Amino acid sequence: MKTFLTILCCSWTLAASGNSIIVGPGLPVRSLKKAIELAKEKDTIRLQAGLYKEGAIILTKSLTLIGENNPVLDGEKKYEILLVSGKNITVQGIVFRNSGYSAMNDYAAIKLVDCSHVTLDRNTILDAYFAIHISNSVYSIVRNNRISGVPASEQLTGNGIHLWKSDHATIENNHIQGHRDGIYFEFVTASVISNNLSEKNIRYGLHFMFSNDDIYRNNIFRNNGAGVAVMYSKKVRMEKNHFEENWGASAYGILLKDITDSYIVQNSFLKNTVGIHMEGSSRIEIRQNQFRSNGWAIKVQASCDDNVFHHNNFTGNSFDVGTNGTLVLNKFENNYWDKYEGYDMNKDGIGDIPYHPVSMYSMIVEQNPTTLMLFRSFMVSLLDKAEKAIPSLTPENLFDNKPMMKKLSL
Amino acid sequence: MLKLSRYVLYDILRNKIVLAYTLFLFIVSFSMFRMEENGSKALLSLLSIVLIVLPLVSLVFTTIHYFNSYEFIELMLSQPLSRTRILLSEYAGVCISLLSAFWMGVGIPVLVFSPDPTGLALLFTGSSLTVVFTSIAFLAAVRSKDKARGIGFALLLWFYFALIYDGLVLLTLFAFSDYPMEKFTLLLSALNPIDLGRIFIMLKMDISALMGYTGALYKDFFGSGQGVLFTAGIMGLWAVLPLWLALRSFKRKDM
Repeated sequence: MKTFLTILCCSWTLAASGNSIIVGPGLPVRSLKKAIELAKEKDTIRLQAGLYKEGAIILTKSLTLIGENNPVLDGEKKYEILLVSGKNITVQGIVFRNSGYSAMNDYAAIKLVDCSHVTLDRNTILDAYFAIHISNSVYSIVRNNRISGVPASEQLTGNGIHLWKSDHATIENNHIQGHRDGIYFEFVTASVISNNLSEKNIRYGLHFMFSNDDIYRNNIFRNNGAGVAVMYSKKVRMEKNHFEENWGASAYGILLKDITDSYIVQNSFLKNTVGIHMEGSSRIEIRQNQFRSNGWAIKVQASCDDNVFHHNNFTGNSFDVGTNGTLVLNKFENNYWDKYEGYDMNKDGIGDIPYHPVSMYSMIVEQNPTTLMLFRSFMVSLLDKAEKAIPSLTPENLFDNKPMMKKLSL
Repeated sequence: MLKLSRYVLYDILRNKIVLAYTLFLFIVSFSMFRMEENGSKALLSLLSIVLIVLPLVSLVFTTIHYFNSYEFIELMLSQPLSRTRILLSEYAGVCISLLSAFWMGVGIPVLVFSPDPTGLALLFTGSSLTVVFTSIAFLAAVRSKDKARGIGFALLLWFYFALIYDGLVLLTLFAFSDYPMEKFTLLLSALNPIDLGRIFIMLKMDISALMGYTGALYKDFFGSGQGVLFTAGIMGLWAVLPLWLALRSFKRKDM
């Protein structure tokens, strides 16, 4: 409500400060291009309901473009529909569909180049190659948009919301589906991604490269081809997100590659093939997360160091932790593991014997994936028991010294 | 034939072993569901009961029963009855008693506490394994000369299916780890009813883990309607084939 009021106030003040041009079928100004030509800085263009096929539209003035009753801008599968470059521009309430496809250019339904303070609000984007493409822009706001693509192959489909070399962007409350990557960040700093739903994208729900000091929270990433990938970044905060049902041989709740000094807090990982996959990552604090019904809750490669996993709940996972070596430079503490079989003599809620979350069989499966066929067989449980008594294959130093006896309420 | 089966059933009920077995299954299942806070963990523990205890009991009980009722069978053979009918009545009697023990002991608790796809898969696997191992036990019993050898043979079979086979599979998979073995493991799983039943349950229980690697193949195969038919078909084959072989040697046997 509050945001709504703010938007209302903003649009009112903007409208008050300039003139208003109404565009629509049967009105004096019928074309959006014409209206943009006529408009002066700070004017408002009110686009009435109707179908507009105007090819590529370029907007460089500080205007407010408001769609009333869902006007449709159609790119006829040939054009980049709207190119925006400038500052203090708002585009709101318009349906964009059928943007062009090109193997040479990243055609988008809405493209922002060299912008500052541009707001894209409540737009609907259907069947686009790239839906929203932002480059070299600051203080962009993308919110309340509904983006839906037609998933083809990775080469023929663009990203839902694509940001390149930007900072201070806000991406919130969008619903993205059916694109290559739902949200794509490259060289984007000091930005916030919140309350988005990114699902059924053919590659990643969120793809993050070389983007430091960003926050993403309260998002839902569901059923994407390969989950979420966060790569080569520093100081990223991931809070209260839901990672669900990312299934496949290389699908992960989150894939962390070369991430340092970051936080993964209060997220939930449900039914992923791998909850968190870590590679070459350092100094990440992972706490208060829920790992439920995943194939592997966490896979930590031996190339990770100084990561701390504490106060997480691990329930109903086929394997709790998997790793590919015996070197362990990470710390596990105060987690709840539903497979823990120890006791608590002094009743302080902390188990008296350490818990080894890496089972022998997860090491075997890591070496030879086909042997997953024998999982849960009598022989495998015998092997696991034998390994617990005399560890030989599993890393001795990977253990939780203070496992919780009761599930943590998070 | 029905009359004969009824006598067999009465006989089995009178010696109370099956009643004890039912009670054992019921107490174990019930306490598992009461002890574990979530149903899926209890199902996990029940899984090992179904995969290990069920085949063992089916094998040993059937073999002992066959040799204990040897005199009864001899008596029946002196009557104008076909050998096929006599053995099939025996089989039906034992099978029905073991199946009802399983359904009362495990079926009821599962249906009460965890009536989901995983639970139903467990019941399907349990029932199939009971039928299959009863028929394997008949083969072992008919082919053996005396009770001691019969039980020994049955135990050996149990060892093979529950433990040795999986060990051999593991060895094979490691020996040929450089080759694509995915399709081959499908064949391997069909060669052991316990493995087949286990994978069938795993598809419900560990679907997330199975989706990686070879799992996707399993999911595509066993998860489809075709795969369910395949599992049921192979299980049926495992039940019918040993019984048919047993019938063949029973018909030619010099009692």
